[in-house]
Amino acid sequence: MTLGYNTLVVLAGCALLGLAAGTVGAFALLRGRALLADAVGHAALPGVVLAALIVAAFGADPRALPPLLAGAAVAGIAGVLAVQALARTRRIREDAAIAIVLSSFYAAGVALLSYVQTLPAAAQAGLSKFILGQAAAMRAEDAFWAGAVAALALAACLLLFQRLRATCFDPDHARVLGLSTQRTDIALLGLIVTVTVAGLQAVGLILIVALLVLPAATARLLTFRLPRLLLISAATGALCGMAGAAASALDPDLPTGAAVVLAGAGCFSLALLLAPERGLLAAGLRRARRRLAAAEEHFLRAAWEAQEAAGAGPGTAGDRWTPIAALAAARGWREGRAWRLARWLAFRDLVALSERQVHLTPRGAAAARRAVRAHRAVEHHLLALGAADTAGADRLADLVEHGLSPEAASRLLPEPSTLPASPHALGGKA
Amino acid sequence: MSAVDFLRLDLPALLAAVLACGTAGLLGAFLVLRRESLLGDALSHAVLPGIIVGFALTGARAGLPMLIGALAAAMAATLLITLVRRAARIESGAATGAVFTTFFALGLVLMEVTGARSVDLDLDCVLFGQLETLVWLDATGWGSLLDPAALAGLPRQLHLLAGVAVAVGLLVTLLWRPLQILCFDPDYAAALGYPARRLELALNMAVAAAAVAAFEAVGSILVVAMLVCPAAALRLLTDDYRLQVLGSAAAGAAIGVAGYLLAGPLPAALGGTVALNAAGVIGTLGGVAVACAALLRALRRGTPRDAVAAPGA
Repeated sequence: MTLGYNTLVVLAGCALLGLAAGTVGAFALLRGRALLADAVGHAALPGVVLAALIVAAFGADPRALPPLLAGAAVAGIAGVLAVQALARTRRIREDAAIAIVLSSFYAAGVALLSYVQTLPAAAQAGLSKFILGQAAAMRAEDAFWAGAVAALALAACLLLFQRLRATCFDPDHARVLGLSTQRTDIALLGLIVTVTVAGLQAVGLILIVALLVLPAATARLLTFRLPRLLLISAATGALCGMAGAAASALDPDLPTGAAVVLAGAGCFSLALLLAPERGLLAAGLRRARRRLAAAEEHFLRAAWEAQEAAGAGPGTAGDRWTPIAALAAARGWREGRAWRLARWLAFRDLVALSERQVHLTPRGAAAARRAVRAHRAVEHHLLALGAADTAGADRLADLVEHGLSPEAASRLLPEPSTLPASPHALGGKA
Repeated sequence: MSAVDFLRLDLPALLAAVLACGTAGLLGAFLVLRRESLLGDALSHAVLPGIIVGFALTGARAGLPMLIGALAAAMAATLLITLVRRAARIESGAATGAVFTTFFALGLVLMEVTGARSVDLDLDCVLFGQLETLVWLDATGWGSLLDPAALAGLPRQLHLLAGVAVAVGLLVTLLWRPLQILCFDPDYAAALGYPARRLELALNMAVAAAAVAAFEAVGSILVVAMLVCPAAALRLLTDDYRLQVLGSAAAGAAIGVAGYLLAGPLPAALGGTVALNAAGVIGTLGGVAVACAALLRALRRGTPRDAVAAPGA
């Protein structure tokens, strides 16, 4: 494949389109309006077909993009108004209104299209390409038009940045500042319609909604800050747009919209798995680390309490060695698990290991003392409140003690310097 | 038009329209009552890859493999929507949009890759439906309606549609009361010990099955119109559960018949030459029905009696 002038222009146009869709989509997602683009896109079909019919009736070239886009915009706005009118009945929620409008407008478009197909060939040229998009069939001037409309939407978005931000994050504050959220919402709807219409030929009206939703959702997984969110969303959108155009250039039969959506879905899936804070992998690691930390504290406390029970006395790390089997019995663990934990703690230099027996190192003793203190602080507090009986307090404390800071523990305990006795017998679990 | 022409050309399409739209209307009532209309939209798009895979594996447009594939795809889509909503913490509408567009795109690409497109299952069928192509060539006269050999020659799509319609009808009849409670008060349903999650799953699977069956007749996108429009129109007009559910089914079937007749046969009988896409006309009528219902409601609310009862409704 050689990169001809036409291909380059189409690539650039699709990138610009993705940039605009990513930006507008981020605001639309934050404001809970993202799915409206689905209604606008589907509703555009009858507008496109009618516009082509009218243009052909006047004898002009029905393939010229501007009148088709104008028709799409008018129909898209009509669709939005219909959604709002239906939602105002309160019997039909907005999601149902969107489903009604997108399906019935699209159906009207299908019926009209079947009428157009009975006419002499000139009028129908390429209309069905608007449904699934075909970037490869775009002419340079089409790409210019789409890019220009997208650039317009992008510029408007940046101009309205303050307003949009205030409305998305704190509508009440925006109202106090004297910004009308209603007017901002109308502007946002206008932006959604503009971007959707600009993307019709490249992405197609069925899947255009994904170009607004997927980049914005990807960005939302990666950051909490608005400027960064906009940047990531716009960049992802541009990437998807270009991927779609490139795929369409390589295989003209491939619906461009599908390529765009799959590129977006790929970005979103990667973010969903790998995002540093909200990703599934990060969440899994976090959970595993928390579980390990809890198990460590339980082990150390069991080792400490075993010495206490043997008469070494609270606060002194006696020199006794404790069999791992006894610790496992005290915690109700299987011996293999206790053994693995012991080896891990030995690796971290918190216990010493010899012949299936453990002994707290000085560091381990300090950590164990902290764990015991936190556990008893919670236990005593629960008992003082009368919130649980002795056995229940022990179990509840096992669940909550791990996140307790030393300060919180000392606040819960009446005497910060000494370690109180356990309220229940030490040793095997009840 | 002779009886044979009617039996051969119009009857199969009419039957398909009635079965597809009636089933979709029936299930749509539950979607609208449970405020899950979007799920209908999502499921009807999401079944596409399943249909294509079922088609590609068997190499034929057999009902059962396509149905199984579609149900698997629908199940995967519902699970993914929940996962995305929880993990990405975005509103359910956006999560739904992200998932179903992805599934639909996947279906389109699979269609391209597996070559399913060139054989029997083309893009036009997905986008526009193909009600007009259903014909019954074995019909020789009214007697064929009682002739098992001729009846076996009815289009395969009709068999699938009839099967799904009967199954869905049975499901709704058997679960009439639990579904009612599930629609109006899910918490109460759970308190009564109904397996609410499993009921929801059964409903969703029924929607997916109806989407596959109707896909054959009206295409992937217009299923949405038949799922949501009749039910929404009835929702605007009535508070009665029985009327809502049965009325939606009846309205769906009526819209199906009217749409098919308006698209081709009626203008032809009147001497016209224009034939429109039947699925398109059916979907448009669905929208018109909702608009009429909304107007009717607005008129009724204008009367004093309802004006007192209306606030808060």
